[in-house]
Amino acid sequence: MSANGTGVGSTEPASSAGAGFAGAGAGNAFVEVREVSKWFGDLQVLDKVSLHVPEHHVVCLIGASGSGKSTLLRCLNLLEHVEEGEIHVDGLQLTNGKVDVNELRKKIGIVFQAYNLFPHMTVLQNVTLAPRKARGLSRNEAEARARLLLRRIGLEAKADEFPDRLSGGQQQRVAIVRALAMEPKLMLLDEITSALDPQLVSDVLQLVRELAESGMTMIVATHEMGFAREVADKVCFLDAGKILEEGPPEQIFSSPSEPRTREFLARVLEAEKLQ
Amino acid sequence: MHALHQVLHAFFNLHSFTLAMPDVWAGFQVNLKMMVVAEVFVLVLALGIAIVRGLPGPAAKPLRALAIAYTDFFRGTPIIIVAFFIGFGLPGLQLGFISNLSFTTYGIITLTLVYTAYVTEVYRAGIESVHASQRAAARSLGLTYAQTMRYVIVPQAVRRVIPPLLNDFVGLQKDTSIVYVIGVTEAASLAQQFSTTNGDFPSYLVAAVFFILITIPLARFTDHLVAARERRERAQAF
Repeated sequence: MSANGTGVGSTEPASSAGAGFAGAGAGNAFVEVREVSKWFGDLQVLDKVSLHVPEHHVVCLIGASGSGKSTLLRCLNLLEHVEEGEIHVDGLQLTNGKVDVNELRKKIGIVFQAYNLFPHMTVLQNVTLAPRKARGLSRNEAEARARLLLRRIGLEAKADEFPDRLSGGQQQRVAIVRALAMEPKLMLLDEITSALDPQLVSDVLQLVRELAESGMTMIVATHEMGFAREVADKVCFLDAGKILEEGPPEQIFSSPSEPRTREFLARVLEAEKLQ
Repeated sequence: MHALHQVLHAFFNLHSFTLAMPDVWAGFQVNLKMMVVAEVFVLVLALGIAIVRGLPGPAAKPLRALAIAYTDFFRGTPIIIVAFFIGFGLPGLQLGFISNLSFTTYGIITLTLVYTAYVTEVYRAGIESVHASQRAAARSLGLTYAQTMRYVIVPQAVRRVIPPLLNDFVGLQKDTSIVYVIGVTEAASLAQQFSTTNGDFPSYLVAAVFFILITIPLARFTDHLVAARERRERAQAF
């Protein structure tokens, strides 16, 4: 993995949302996934996946493309319909059809591989849209908060630019800030560095690192093994829709028990050497 | 030689052309009025119907079906038939004020009904061209379906369809002369009257010139928008 970037202006928590969860013990499951299965047509993309994420923990999902990492993340904020099994987030049962999806999604931030910024809006408008419309903040209040967040990632000067004027790394950091502006209690990161040029990866990872340090609960699908090793409390290896192996990063990366995990890690390591 | 002279005299007689101008211009103002009013209604109604047609879920199925039936009917029916329905049918129904509107208003209703069907399809194509990931991003931030449409999808869709939209408006502008069949006194009908009275045809040329004069700027403006977008997209690709 590349060296730590220095582009991030500050090492304080990147969001006030990350800090200040009083009284929650690390053992409390913030996210509880039980035996979730999902199919796209005949293809089973998730096969009885169970996952337990305590508050303030960072869980990294690794595995080949198509192994189900993204689908699992998208199930967690109901962008994908869950066909079997149960998901609980912050004490809410998501899978009984009764949950208010809009309320739920305000608590869960997601960042996508392709940034998905709104191209017709400036950076500032991108960051303030949801706080204004979904949380009912005034324009002034939303903009003040957005500028503060943008300053923390060193992009305040870009507030009035349109996304296509920014580099990929800058766009992705704006996308992270856009999610943080909703002050979520859980962040889902879906291979957020996969579309970036290698030299742009480090700034984005640095921001995620700061989020992790601030205590944000996160589930991170990633191909950055060095990063996973560094920030994860737990690493899950997905293969063909199953969590084949999970454990602390030292265990998964140093002495994986499953041959499929060893094979996958060996291939990724080989690819990293070639870069 | 004599025949050519006759043709030139019948169609391009400058004296007659000048004489016909005031009458045809008076009629053309009615065309202008119909196009502006109809275009405003079309822009709003078509967007509404396009959104209804895209509504998700089984509950909205009857609404979607209605929207589809509307566009199918009015895209499939020749505008002249719609004009007869509206211009002759409505007055015959004796439905209070609906049956006592001016010919021009019936003309506007006809144009609006027909072009709303076309423009609905244009908007729909635009809405569908916005990538699903934009919707996912907006919804995952906690925005409702309606907010997502209003702030994220529709603004992008409208920007993309402005050129085809303007193209349809060129069609609408010309079709304002078709509704003369239900008795609207406009440029084409006044040109015809003038021609009958004078026994020559330059009055038609006058009408044609008026239509062309407002169509050309719109066409060039559309070209300009398309070219500007291509430039932008090429700049982004690098």
